[in-house]
Amino acid sequence: MPPTAISVANVSKVYRLGSVGSTTLKEDLSRAWARLRGQPDPTLKVGSPHHDRQEGGVFWALDDVSFTVEQGEVLGIIGRNGAGKSTLLKILSRVTAPTRGEIRMRGRVASLLEVGTGFHPDLTGRENVFLNGAILGMRRAEIAAKFAEILAFSGVGEFIDTPVKRYSSGMYVRLAFAVAAHLDPEILILDEVLAVGDAEFQKKCLGKMQQSTREGRTILFVSHNLQAISTLTKNSVLLQDGKCVMYGKTDAVLAKYLSGNAPKLLTYLTNPSGKLPEVVGVRLTTSEPGNFHKQGNPLRLTFDIFTPRTIKGAAFSFKILNSHQQPVVHMCLFDSATPFCRQAGRFRLTCEIPNLRLYWGQYSVTTYLAEAEGGQHFQTLESVCHFEVVMHGKKRDWSWQPGDCQYLEEGAWSVASGVIPDHARSEIGVPIVGPAI
Amino acid sequence: MSNQGLTPGATDSPEASPDPELGGKVSWDLVIRPAGGWFDWRLGDFLRHRDLLWLLVWRDFVTLHKQTILGPLWHVINPLLTALTYSLIFGRVVKIPTDGLPPVLFYLAGTVAWNYFTACLYKTANSLAGNAGLFGKVYFHRLIVPLSAVLSSLISFGIQCAIFALLAVFFAWRGYPVQPNSWLLAWPLLVAMLAGYGLALGLICSALTTRYRDLGQIVGFATQLLMYATPVIYPLAYARKASYGWVMECNPLAAVIETFRHAALGHGSVELIWLGVSAAILAGLLLLGVTLFTRAERTFIDTV
Repeated sequence: MPPTAISVANVSKVYRLGSVGSTTLKEDLSRAWARLRGQPDPTLKVGSPHHDRQEGGVFWALDDVSFTVEQGEVLGIIGRNGAGKSTLLKILSRVTAPTRGEIRMRGRVASLLEVGTGFHPDLTGRENVFLNGAILGMRRAEIAAKFAEILAFSGVGEFIDTPVKRYSSGMYVRLAFAVAAHLDPEILILDEVLAVGDAEFQKKCLGKMQQSTREGRTILFVSHNLQAISTLTKNSVLLQDGKCVMYGKTDAVLAKYLSGNAPKLLTYLTNPSGKLPEVVGVRLTTSEPGNFHKQGNPLRLTFDIFTPRTIKGAAFSFKILNSHQQPVVHMCLFDSATPFCRQAGRFRLTCEIPNLRLYWGQYSVTTYLAEAEGGQHFQTLESVCHFEVVMHGKKRDWSWQPGDCQYLEEGAWSVASGVIPDHARSEIGVPIVGPAI
Repeated sequence: MSNQGLTPGATDSPEASPDPELGGKVSWDLVIRPAGGWFDWRLGDFLRHRDLLWLLVWRDFVTLHKQTILGPLWHVINPLLTALTYSLIFGRVVKIPTDGLPPVLFYLAGTVAWNYFTACLYKTANSLAGNAGLFGKVYFHRLIVPLSAVLSSLISFGIQCAIFALLAVFFAWRGYPVQPNSWLLAWPLLVAMLAGYGLALGLICSALTTRYRDLGQIVGFATQLLMYATPVIYPLAYARKASYGWVMECNPLAAVIETFRHAALGHGSVELIWLGVSAAILAGLLLLGVTLFTRAERTFIDTV
């Protein structure tokens, strides 16, 4: 069993609500007085094991989180927005201190919450490599030794002696990531850094990360790209409301994350709060009973909207997201084309998709309700009405495989044989100059 | 790793460890705990990032004059204009004596020293709040930023000193009683004390402004008041004769500035005891400043 590289024990982080940065002098003094007498902080309610996440003006961003990471392990950290991922990474990278608990690490630690931290626009690429490397914790001699490698990885080439403010954003990110990729720590803490850069560069980065893992590096990795998490990590931690609710194999954790995301109902219903326009009901009519929909059949989506007032230029849209939370379908309804919500009351919007071409897999619906562009955004209803597209009854000679594609297109095939004349190509729009044979 | 072959049964650690298989002999390279002790200065971290200190000084040097027309000339124009203004207002209008020295030279000596002190103070006071973006993303010992500011302010100070020296030579040649003396050897020490005061007061301010923003507004005003309580624009002996002379006696910076000027121009007084007291007060302020600062920086990112 490899030794432990990171041990996180009972870590909690409390933020004071509302009064951030403006605690009164009186509160501070009473806290200081209590500390002098060795008593617990009187303004902090602790000790009750079943406290709410928000209680007594404080917010528990992290609540008693414990886990360990073995040396050479790549650990994913998964959770919804506000689950505490960023707070955990901030504490691990020592940007802020925990309120309670202790973290112990073995080996050189480098954390990357952002690429290009401390880049100065007036400095050249070369100068920024040294500055950024030092900020990330490298010695100057180390950077000098790796400079050729960094330059090659970044692909910036002869622009290395140009101020980075003249760089394209792609070049900037590539150079920044190149420095980070050559940090060579024993423990690497990464936050969402793969979200930047073009697809080709992301691939290069993923490759570099996989190489790091083979070299026995320990990596802690937060991403909203579940595909990247499942490719790169074996184990993951699931954070929910500041608590570590699951630690185990990534596939199992991902499954729990996705299933726990929202109730698996085809119908979403809620009572209007009355203040803002909102979606109060979403109903899917699938081709099969339960949550199942047969690929290629019509799907009807019904949305009930309640508005307490007139909306100027109402805009409604929904997305269908796959199990990796990537939007696959986006459909919009605008007041300018189909008037709705021009007075207070309930409205029912119905969308018929005649031939749902989504491929086999798990999907959910996210809705958006807003005023005309530039106006107020009323509501985003995330991940409701989970359903599964199935391929039963649609036979083909090769059996359907999960993950073959995102959606099935319809197209007409034709086959020609013998000598294929060149003008056959002209039919798809390629003009041919000169006489055809 | 030395404990590669360690099996869970082989541990003989008596202390409660969350990972019993690790045993008690394992050394951790990094332990993160809640913000706790007052004297947790983490100087090891500081040494680990010392290269960054020099790179930041170098960055300030390189980027200082990008996209300005007059460039380094600003270092010269600023104090010269200030000295000229002072000699007009305090010399011609208020008629404060300057010990028989040309007013411009007298005021320039005070201004150059005072400017360095305030540059250190302002940059240090702003170091936490002004670098929140950087500090929110990466950890390195936060003291590196104010220290690099103090060091890079030396560049501007050096240029101003050179101009002052040129003027001093010019006025000496014209027959004014300019008498540089052996106290010039103590200049590095005096400069270090100025930097120390700027750093110490700045650290205290930056630590407190993370909690109480109002302080940021007061700093500028307070430094201006402090200037009038320091013999920058008049000789110390002159101020002592006045009814508020006791303010000078209480101001530990007064001795530093007065000695600074005496070393270059040979006027005014040097009192060793007073300088010693000033150094002791500085040591205390630095201790307080570093302690408050290293404590505030652990969680300040939550409140900015």
